[in-house]
Amino acid sequence: MKVLVPVKRVIDYNVKVRVKADGTGVDLANVKMSMNPFDEIAVEEAIRLKEAGKADEIVVVSIGVKQAQETLRTALAMGADRAILVTAADDVHTDIEPLAVAKILAAVAKEENPGLIIAGKQAIDNDMNATGQMLAALLGWSQATFASEVAVDGDTATVTREVDGGLQTVKVKMPAVITADLRLNEPRYASLPNIMKAKKKPLDEKTAADYGVDVSPRLTVVKTSEPPVRQAGIKVGSVDELVSKLKEAGAL
Amino acid sequence: MAVLLLADVANGQLAKDAVSKTVSAVAALGDVHVLVAGEGGDAAAAEAATIAGVAKVIFAGDHGFCHLLAEPTADLIVSMAGAYSHIAAPSASDAKNILPRVAALLDVMILSDVTAVVDGDTFERPIYAGNAIQTVKSADSVKVMTIRTTSFEAAADGNSAPVEALGTAASTGLSEWVEDKVAASDRPELTSAKIVVSGGRGVGSEEDFKIIEALADKLGAAVGASRAAVDSGFAPNDWQVGQTGKVVAPEVYIACGISGAIQHLAGMKDSKIIVAINKDEEAPIFQVADFGLVADLFDAVPELTGKV
Repeated sequence: MKVLVPVKRVIDYNVKVRVKADGTGVDLANVKMSMNPFDEIAVEEAIRLKEAGKADEIVVVSIGVKQAQETLRTALAMGADRAILVTAADDVHTDIEPLAVAKILAAVAKEENPGLIIAGKQAIDNDMNATGQMLAALLGWSQATFASEVAVDGDTATVTREVDGGLQTVKVKMPAVITADLRLNEPRYASLPNIMKAKKKPLDEKTAADYGVDVSPRLTVVKTSEPPVRQAGIKVGSVDELVSKLKEAGAL
Repeated sequence: MAVLLLADVANGQLAKDAVSKTVSAVAALGDVHVLVAGEGGDAAAAEAATIAGVAKVIFAGDHGFCHLLAEPTADLIVSMAGAYSHIAAPSASDAKNILPRVAALLDVMILSDVTAVVDGDTFERPIYAGNAIQTVKSADSVKVMTIRTTSFEAAADGNSAPVEALGTAASTGLSEWVEDKVAASDRPELTSAKIVVSGGRGVGSEEDFKIIEALADKLGAAVGASRAAVDSGFAPNDWQVGQTGKVVAPEVYIACGISGAIQHLAGMKDSKIIVAINKDEEAPIFQVADFGLVADLFDAVPELTGKV
């Protein structure tokens, strides 16, 4: 079985986000970028399926600016077999919407015929939490989102999902789209020899036009602003003082 | 035009607070029709009809909609979509699973976690874990959106909207429900509780989380946890507050042994009063806390439990 894993290049999760003063967005120039953390978990899960003999090839895809090639190399160094870069923007500030990303991924899936697509549940930049669900819809496939455990058995996958009330287990027919939640696994670090080997693994370069997908946005960003800043209050010296302050504030 | 609002229902129980806040978020956009899906949802449908601003409730009672599996529920909503300008739901795990699928089937974008409705086309939503707020204008014919309910007040009660039965049968074959593992609890639900007591990595173990739970029970509060505490196995995943867990805005949020990582703050910084108890006085949580106590939580939390 072939597993397809989409990966996104996003601002590194340790970087403090700065909103541009003119309200046009978030400053991404000269900022450290990394693979979206949920996508790392998705890549790791695919590698574990391959190590368990359930998958034989892992193809990673990234859609965005050409610099996403670095993100694909990271995935190849972790253990993916080959990569497809779909260039769909020139400016690092252009975020391709989940609907357009899903359309491109659907076109890739039709060429590649994977048995399973594992995606991160959301990207930590636009926080949409949508691409996997949209991709499943466009392909007419089953979906299992927010996965914390995946068991593949023949033509079905049994997936435990993190939901509001606790955990839910569903059985989905393959091919399927699974989206990875935090506790699915702990992604490995790429070793130096594997980073070197990854440079020689195949990476196909495509454009959105190659797949006939119009990536123009449906949502126009009117403005991007700083959230209201919460002021720090006071330090109290003891539990007694805390209790009396809370009573004064009518909180207890 | 009207708004179709997918109700959040689990095991026949309506998440009334969340649905009510979603009704008030979208009330200005048109008549609100609440969709309750799943066999056994009769009582939930009747309860939804009492929320002020609801024009009617549509109850799709087919067994196949139970557990709100994404594939049949999305197909149901798409079959109804022609009559609506907006399709909305409270931003809970079911809606996050279903509505992006609906949007793609309708060839429109999703608007996730809407925090303000500016007009029928324009919405605010947080990005980068709430570090920026984006105002977006949609060019799509139908707006499909999830609503972050902590940004809205609940609608009033006392309505008696009509409940219409819808006989649509669920599409089947793609996926099946196996089981839910839901912890039974007498505590209030995390996202609608008036007080939340949360523990972080500083609590140290699942065993020691009991001191957090004891304070919560004394206050009649819900229990929350930081991602670090959940990842470490101290607390179950459904307690997680933050960017990828639950977003809460209670009257009082008491953070114990939580450093205050950005992704945690994203889930609780709209709380009315924030209390932080942490032995590290440099912890970022103190920058957002109304009342900060620099103390060892193992001393301060039991003492607080004894004094409230």
